[in-house]
Amino acid sequence: MTGPTPDKAVDLAERRPGPTARTRSRVRRGGRRGSRLIGWLFVLPALAFYVVFVLRPITLTFQYSLYTWNGIGPSTWAGAGNYLKVFTDPDLFQSILNAVKLIVFFSAIPVLLGLAIASAIRRVAASRLALVARTVIFLPQVIPLVAAGIAWSWLLSSTGVINQVLTAVGLGGVTRAWLGDFSTALPAVGVIGAWVLLGLCTLLLLAGMSKIDPALYEAARLDGAGPLREFVSITLPSLRQEIAVCVTVTVIAALASFDIIYISTQGGPGNATMVPGLEIYYLAFSERQVGVASALAVVLMVLVIAVALPIQWLTRDRSS
Amino acid sequence: MAAGCAAPGSDAPQAENPTAAAPSTAPACGTAPVTLNAYFETGFPLPKALTAEFSKQHPNVKWDIREDQFAVITQNAPRVLADDPPDLMRLPQVSELVKDNLLKNMDGYAQAFGWDEWPASQLQQMRMAPGGKTRGEGSLYATGLNFSMTGVFYNKKLAARIGMSAPPTTLAELDDLLAKAKAAGIDPIAQFNGGATGGLAFPLQNLMAAYGPAAPINDWIFQKPGATIDTPSNLQAAQHLAKWTKAGYFWKDVNAVDYATMMSRFIDGKGLFMFNGDWESGNLDKQMAGDAGFFLMPSAQDGGELAAMSAPLAFGVGARSKNADCAAFFLNWVATDSKARDITVEVGGSHPMGPADGHMPSVKPGTVTESTLAAGAKIAEDNGAMDFIANATGAIYAKSWTPNLQKLVAGQQTPEGLLKAVQSDYKSQVGGN
Repeated sequence: MTGPTPDKAVDLAERRPGPTARTRSRVRRGGRRGSRLIGWLFVLPALAFYVVFVLRPITLTFQYSLYTWNGIGPSTWAGAGNYLKVFTDPDLFQSILNAVKLIVFFSAIPVLLGLAIASAIRRVAASRLALVARTVIFLPQVIPLVAAGIAWSWLLSSTGVINQVLTAVGLGGVTRAWLGDFSTALPAVGVIGAWVLLGLCTLLLLAGMSKIDPALYEAARLDGAGPLREFVSITLPSLRQEIAVCVTVTVIAALASFDIIYISTQGGPGNATMVPGLEIYYLAFSERQVGVASALAVVLMVLVIAVALPIQWLTRDRSS
Repeated sequence: MAAGCAAPGSDAPQAENPTAAAPSTAPACGTAPVTLNAYFETGFPLPKALTAEFSKQHPNVKWDIREDQFAVITQNAPRVLADDPPDLMRLPQVSELVKDNLLKNMDGYAQAFGWDEWPASQLQQMRMAPGGKTRGEGSLYATGLNFSMTGVFYNKKLAARIGMSAPPTTLAELDDLLAKAKAAGIDPIAQFNGGATGGLAFPLQNLMAAYGPAAPINDWIFQKPGATIDTPSNLQAAQHLAKWTKAGYFWKDVNAVDYATMMSRFIDGKGLFMFNGDWESGNLDKQMAGDAGFFLMPSAQDGGELAAMSAPLAFGVGARSKNADCAAFFLNWVATDSKARDITVEVGGSHPMGPADGHMPSVKPGTVTESTLAAGAKIAEDNGAMDFIANATGAIYAKSWTPNLQKLVAGQQTPEGLLKAVQSDYKSQVGGN
């Protein structure tokens, strides 16, 4: 009676058909649950950051936008009052319009000019000139926006290089303090933005062009296509994705612009270059109207999403 | 996240017990080692020079100093005072800080140290009436390291070229000199008006005081009920300023000129007059030695009373400061110690705070500093000290005066429209708080 009886020896738990199968499947299911848990564990740090630094501020901003609050003292419920103010106060609404106007400079010019420059560089792709051109054009992207703003405010000042050049070529009559003149301040700020964003667009478009199969061009040329035809029929359609990225990034840069304008004009002269980003900052930290500032911030966020989503949809590759 | 569900500001600081009586003995720093937490303005060496000398005389006191640009201090003041209150802090306009119970009520110290016997105009701007609406009367919430004085600087070399041998004594004489300078190809006025800083507010307020009395302007700045900036004499002043801009007395690019550019151009001799304050006297004595002069803005009437913007370099103590007594003792020392008053004039260039008969250092004759200190005495005599129209509310300068003055220069705003627009912004800001 020392060892187990044969019956008992055979009758080991794992050999019993029913329970064993159940156990196995339970183990398998448990394992899947475990790996799912481990998956969440990997996501957790990033998710925590996202919740604390993105979702929480957005929620709080929305909450603040419903109150009249100076940032320190007690607050009072304002409901939709702050939103009403954003759309009825001519200064606040004008700032949104200015941002829309900036899209021409921040988005249209860099994308169109970027396409032209990228095509030109592609034609001389192998030469040293292409390398130099690429570097020079991308350089503004590397320079901090604050430095760019300072450098350009010197260039555009009444005694700056731009006016010196204009005077030298006999156009002394049009010289002015470009950033201090009501009619030229917004375009002048736009030129700085165009200069900064041109490099990014050119580089993105160049990268896209290098992916295009050279055989396509060869075939087109055999069919008698000229450079313009090649560009319209092959280059442009192949760059759909890259152009979408360029337009999205630059439109958001225009709508949410802050640094360049804060450094070069601070919204002046007379609110001519005021944009929502700067207005939010003034409202929150100088006027201490945290509620209105938050409402404008929410409006700006919705505006950016409303503009960026259709761009994504329009340029999506529908063949796939 | 839980805190985020409550209405914002529900943990706001509460008002201090208002019955805080004056201490029976004057507060002091004692003899035990103490470290004072201070928050100063970058680029102004005076506070640090004073704290260094103070520690020499009181070796148990050490300093932990943090510095920021004034614009940053202005934006951060409420949050810093609420979260991490310094013992001593350079302050922007005090009214909103007082409303939020962030500053120590200094009535007790004023009584204990005898600050009430100083000329009343020195501390007037730091007083707030109960309820925190009207400034200029009521309890004391800050004091100053010195008080500044504004007026008109001029380039003596350029003045000689147009035959100006003495400062003008009436507004008409000043107009005459401006016209002569323009005719002689000299830039008549060096001024800044770019970005968010409308420097034309300096000549505008000087013109207001030339046409009318200073007191109603102060009432407006202090938010006295019913005060308005849109008065007949202020309209005359705004029209006069518009006349100057139309006559081309300011630089063509004045809307793109910032303060630093104005200073370097004036020092370079590109401008006969400059509306500015005595915080530059020491600098001009150094950079334009013997070539710079200063006079108070003349009145529109012959022999009329003179007025000037004059404000203390405001310093206060956080409501929850741990070493408030020692900080108050330091502020009293700055105003009364003769070595401290020497430093105030030598390093800061402005008039020290304190009793009218306080020790005054000797100043080299013929310097700008000598003229600005003398101007301070004249203003006290005429009771012409004004706060700056830019200080009426937290946002009135950047959001109202500046854009409207820039539009005035560009011909997009009329003098009437300027005053009406500012008054309407003022009303919505004062009412909205």
